[in-house]
Amino acid sequence: MLFRAEITIKLKNGMLDPEAATIKNALKHLGYECRSVKQAAIFKLEFEADSRQNATDVAEGMCRRLLANPIIHDYDIELV
Amino acid sequence: MKIAILRFGGSNCDLDVQKALNNLGAETELVWYKEVLEGFDGVIIPGGFSYGDYLRAGAIAARTKIMQSVREMAEDGKPILGICNGAQILSESHLVPGTFTLNQYPKFVCKWVKLLKIGRSPFTTFSSEIVNLPIAHKEGRFVVPSQLLKELYENDQVVFKYVDDNGRPTSSANPNGSRDNIAAVSNLEKNVLAMMPHPERASEKLLGSVDGNVIFESMISYMNTL
Repeated sequence: MLFRAEITIKLKNGMLDPEAATIKNALKHLGYECRSVKQAAIFKLEFEADSRQNATDVAEGMCRRLLANPIIHDYDIELV
Repeated sequence: MKIAILRFGGSNCDLDVQKALNNLGAETELVWYKEVLEGFDGVIIPGGFSYGDYLRAGAIAARTKIMQSVREMAEDGKPILGICNGAQILSESHLVPGTFTLNQYPKFVCKWVKLLKIGRSPFTTFSSEIVNLPIAHKEGRFVVPSQLLKELYENDQVVFKYVDDNGRPTSSANPNGSRDNIAAVSNLEKNVLAMMPHPERASEKLLGSVDGNVIFESMISYMNTL
């Protein structure tokens, strides 16, 4: 079966995000005051798996082994 | 005694490292990541921008097959030194604790820094307490959870800190926002060292400092004892 997964990799709560801080500043220059700005990476993947559970396991493996760095990242997996 | 200098797509300090080591009389060989890593007594992973720093600096190179061989050499007690991008590759390989990520002010920082020797390691058996080396990176901010940081101190794994002219690890001496001004960290066994500063860029008088040589000399002396 073909599965589509959307994986979001984001910094753990409380982690410094210098890029987001810079973007928040740039928004301020344009007149937009934000209390906070966070950014995340989204991976959209298509792959074959035997079952929904198997597809989730595969996506988990991808996050653990490459896509996320466990020291700084949290991730969400959504099967579409 | 022979040292392997690894090359990935995007490594660019490989020849500088080789020249610095050859100046000290060490036998070296450049090893492309697809080759077999065999017959070496130590490994240096040089700086650069392996795989364009895609995903995270060092993330792609860390998952190559040759890094499995590096892991086996590390387990055998052989010295492994990662410099700059090499340090990022070692942390992404989980061969050293913590991680190096985007600088506090998200820009490339290229400058000379003073480093205070903190922990004991086979790479720091020289007498001087402070060395002057250049850094050149955008992802050099050392991040480590508090509990792990405590363990690093208990186990003597913090090897260098960024310090000011008086040898103090002040925030103004911290070039990238690293936790506790940490510039280099080792594994528990001390034979794997990940350092952001570039010793090879301080290996000849012409470059402004020869302080980097002591690190390579320490590594060479250690290999001679194995």
